[in-house]
Amino acid sequence: MAKTRLVFSGSGGQGVITAGIIIAETAVLHEGLNAVQSQSYGAEARGGATRSDIIISDAPIYFPKIIQPNVLVCLTQMAYSKYVPSLRPGGLLITDSRWVRIEKTVDARRFELPLTRAVTEQIGQSVVLNICMLGAVVRLTEVVSPEAVKEVVKDRVPKAYLELNETAFDVGFDLAKKD
Amino acid sequence: MSVRDYLRERFFPHMWCPGCGHGTVLNALLRAVEKLGLDKSEIVMVSGIGCSARISGYVDFHTMHTIHGRALAFATGIKMSRPELSVLVPMGDGDALAIGGNHFLHAARRNIDLTAIIMNNRIYGMTGGQFSPLTGYGCFGTTAPYGSVDHSFDLVELSTSAGASFVARSTTYHVIELAGIIEKAIAHRGFSVVEVMSQCPTNFGRRNQAGSAVEMLETYRKQTVPLDSEAAQTSPEKIRRGVFVEKKRPEYTEAYEEMIRSATGES
Amino acid sequence: MSRQIEFVQGNVACAKAALYAGLEFFAGYPITPSSEIAEYMAKRLPQNGGKFLQMEDEIASICAIIGASLTGRKVMTATSGPGFSLMQEALGYAVMTEIPCVIANVQRGGPSTGLPTHVSQGDVNQARYGTHGEHAIVALTASTAQDIFTLTVDAFNFAETYRTPVILLLDETTGHLRERLEVPAADGIATVGRLKTTVSQGVDYHPYLPREDGRLPMSDFGGAHRYNVTGLFHDMWGFPTENPKIVYGLIRHLVDKIDHNADQMARWKEYYIDDAPTLLVSYGAAARSALHLVENRRKRGEKLGLLELQTLWPFPHELVREKCCHAQSIVVVEMNMGQVLQQVKLAVRQPEKAFLANRIDGELITPTDIQNIIHVIQGKGV
Repeated sequence: MAKTRLVFSGSGGQGVITAGIIIAETAVLHEGLNAVQSQSYGAEARGGATRSDIIISDAPIYFPKIIQPNVLVCLTQMAYSKYVPSLRPGGLLITDSRWVRIEKTVDARRFELPLTRAVTEQIGQSVVLNICMLGAVVRLTEVVSPEAVKEVVKDRVPKAYLELNETAFDVGFDLAKKD
Repeated sequence: MSVRDYLRERFFPHMWCPGCGHGTVLNALLRAVEKLGLDKSEIVMVSGIGCSARISGYVDFHTMHTIHGRALAFATGIKMSRPELSVLVPMGDGDALAIGGNHFLHAARRNIDLTAIIMNNRIYGMTGGQFSPLTGYGCFGTTAPYGSVDHSFDLVELSTSAGASFVARSTTYHVIELAGIIEKAIAHRGFSVVEVMSQCPTNFGRRNQAGSAVEMLETYRKQTVPLDSEAAQTSPEKIRRGVFVEKKRPEYTEAYEEMIRSATGES
Repeated sequence: MSRQIEFVQGNVACAKAALYAGLEFFAGYPITPSSEIAEYMAKRLPQNGGKFLQMEDEIASICAIIGASLTGRKVMTATSGPGFSLMQEALGYAVMTEIPCVIANVQRGGPSTGLPTHVSQGDVNQARYGTHGEHAIVALTASTAQDIFTLTVDAFNFAETYRTPVILLLDETTGHLRERLEVPAADGIATVGRLKTTVSQGVDYHPYLPREDGRLPMSDFGGAHRYNVTGLFHDMWGFPTENPKIVYGLIRHLVDKIDHNADQMARWKEYYIDDAPTLLVSYGAAARSALHLVENRRKRGEKLGLLELQTLWPFPHELVREKCCHAQSIVVVEMNMGQVLQQVKLAVRQPEKAFLANRIDGELITPTDIQNIIHVIQGKGV
């Protein structure tokens, strides 16, 4: 497989860091792949745009940073404006249609998904937005299997919230129907 | 066991100046230990740097002579690791309250079972007479040639508000009283503070017209009063001696053991 | 038996390795980017019956672990540059009193408060020379979670073997990066326990009288033997002395026990060094970028090699000289102004052939950065 470089971006508290850890951990623990995850820290992580970088590959990963992601997820306009110029031509761009207005066309497969609307209307809990986003990413990238992600979610999420998260994942997965 | 058995006699004569109060503190300390019937191997003494710190070389306990101001931090590591030992921490006023002031406050806040004995001679003696946090406004030192403009801490109030569960003060004139107070301090479960006013004729006395060692001791006699005495009421300007605080508060190593039991699911 | 695979930060790999090595006591003060180590210890140590203390500052932290170590515990603290600066006096005390301890410094940008959340390798020389007076020190580093685990265990082993503080020089990138860690089986890596005296209770024990092999058996402080410990120059009983002969003997002992065992403590990895006219020398996070470049260029037929150092102090001069002997140019890749380059220049036969590829702006040096510098060195322009 090719090296997949994913950047999940949004604002602090949206859970993009956790989502990044989950997908990378899935690759390592369940898919026998290599993965690294890093994130922005400090003042940068508390306001404005926050990001989680994930590289997944079947080969060893040395340089751990992402200069040009081939998968970019933007959950806020600020994150979109900041990171969209770095997207690798021909890459995959996923945005939350509730918060992000696409300003110019980029050379990418574009998915404007109503993630926030879906979690609010179908689940009633915006806290699982990140897991919903993960469902969409997993469907569109096929970098890890949805079943394996759910295994990791099961290990990381308190029992009381497990069903909620699983539903959120499925909602995201279904939203990302390839047309 | 006789008091002499607690000493490392081969290291005598000691290095303190003639007339220094610190030998008297050593005397009172050993009598307290003897009275408590403690075995030499049950006692750890951790000291910092300065004239006071040299006390650890003369006693036949487990002794650690550390770095300036940090004795309480080292002692915290030892006590946490071996809570069954009695850990005594003799310090000077500069050692405990200037460079080591923060460690002092936090040891008191934790109420860890250490016995802090602050030998307050109001001066940096070892380095030749520089002023300390307890020298006092208007007093002289080599670094306060025009009189110090620094005000002093009140060690008793400081210790009390920081959380020490045993706080006392005595002087090298009142040796019997001092031995009794140190005995209580060691026996107390929690952070104990004993301030001992200890004369430094060489570096404080000489620069502050305090007279000889004998005259300085005489001053301790005249200028201090027992806490609960009538004189304490009638002469509020005098320095009070005695046990100011003696209360039960959860002790740190015990609280920690409790936490371990909860973390390991034993309780 | 199934392998135990985890996905963890480098800082957590370090913490797990410390417990694997037998850590019983940790004291620390929160500081970015090292705090994950303390947080892990706060959770795990009490579960194992160990002790975690959050002290009032870094000075108190290192003093507390030294005290605990003396009583027979394996101990550690973790910090970053500003805290490491505060620890220097007590670090010297541990050197002088020969008390084993491990100090992890997860490096960030400096000087001063610097760049708390960004990577740097600026503390290599501070690890070596930060405390005052002549002495020797052990400092190790690593570039992956797996190697951080191994080198952390080494750090505890060296601390016990040589009765010395050992510094783990990690960095923000590797400390925070999450990646795969295969936790070794319980007996997978040998761990060195404390060498204890065989002198029985009641018999005169000399805490500072080395055995014939140079090692100093310890007696748990507060236990069978009463002795003195001091940061002053001291005799074999641990009592202060100014006797020039004893002073000389002690300082030689402190330096020689480390320097004479540099070979024993040398840890490194090498990639394609035999046929590489251009050899990169790197360590820590920078070595990841160097290896990335080396593997990429090799695919294109370019003969690039890498020597990744894991022991930085005592600096393995002989090893570096030997490994670099065929290279026509040596490029030291690091994130400072050439702290390891200085040592490489001392080590190799032709120091004028050693160059620096660095980045000092808080960002991880990239493979492209290194490639550009190599082009300049080779006269190809950028």
